[in-house]
Amino acid sequence: MAYIFYISAAVAVVATLLVVTRTHAVHALLYLVVSLLAVAMVFVTLGAPLVAALEVIIYAGAILVLFVFVIMMLNLGAPSVERERAWLAPSAWVGPTILCLILLAELLYVAASGGGAEVAEAATVGPKEVGQALFGPYVLGVELAGMLLLAGLVGGYHLGRREALETGPEEGPP
Amino acid sequence: MTAIPMEHGLALAAALFVLGLVGVLARRNIVFVLMSIEIMLNAAGVAFVVAGARWGAADGQVMFLFILATAAAEVAVGLALVLQLYHRFRTVDADAASKMRG
Repeated sequence: MAYIFYISAAVAVVATLLVVTRTHAVHALLYLVVSLLAVAMVFVTLGAPLVAALEVIIYAGAILVLFVFVIMMLNLGAPSVERERAWLAPSAWVGPTILCLILLAELLYVAASGGGAEVAEAATVGPKEVGQALFGPYVLGVELAGMLLLAGLVGGYHLGRREALETGPEEGPP
Repeated sequence: MTAIPMEHGLALAAALFVLGLVGVLARRNIVFVLMSIEIMLNAAGVAFVVAGARWGAADGQVMFLFILATAAAEVAVGLALVLQLYHRFRTVDADAASKMRG
């Protein structure tokens, strides 16, 4: 189990390094997805399955979709056929594909060697314990997180208004 | 946690955090800056989960959930600001918004 951790950690570090050094935002997003998937694998080897699932669902699934939407909106007006062809160049997808194949090989190895039981043995802190802690001693933090998310929602709506985009805050209606 | 020493997990968290910090400091594209902030938040979460796994406690994962909520709220506001910056200056260069008025 240990070297799966090290391989995943190496994939995460390499993918993150490539995120920071890419010039194209979409390429960087691809590598960021790979990095988050590798970190989710690290969480599985550390015995934290709930957090691994949330990493995939919320980080790689929801937050990066927001990034994709924004990058799409920033590219409005550019000729789309050439852009799509440029985005499908092999240099864009070969790197993330190789890193994902490493993760897939790890997954297949764990599944083939009956490693599910091995993972479960490794001092797993399961969703039940996390939920009991979350709504037991940390329930005030849950309330605060809900208020923070509401503030983020209202702030995102306010900053993204169309009239605010056109007139600016000082001329706009109060 | 079986055979993985805690130091190695923390080293992974430190490496990811430093890479995110380099991204924040070196990049001028504000979308990349936001991505690097996400990397740094994620690295902090890795450190929490590693520490939680070291002592077999659920608190690390609880803290990761709070970091997740913070990152979601931050990215919503940050990307709205990116759209404002782009519509106002027609660029995603963070240095374009270096003047404050009002």
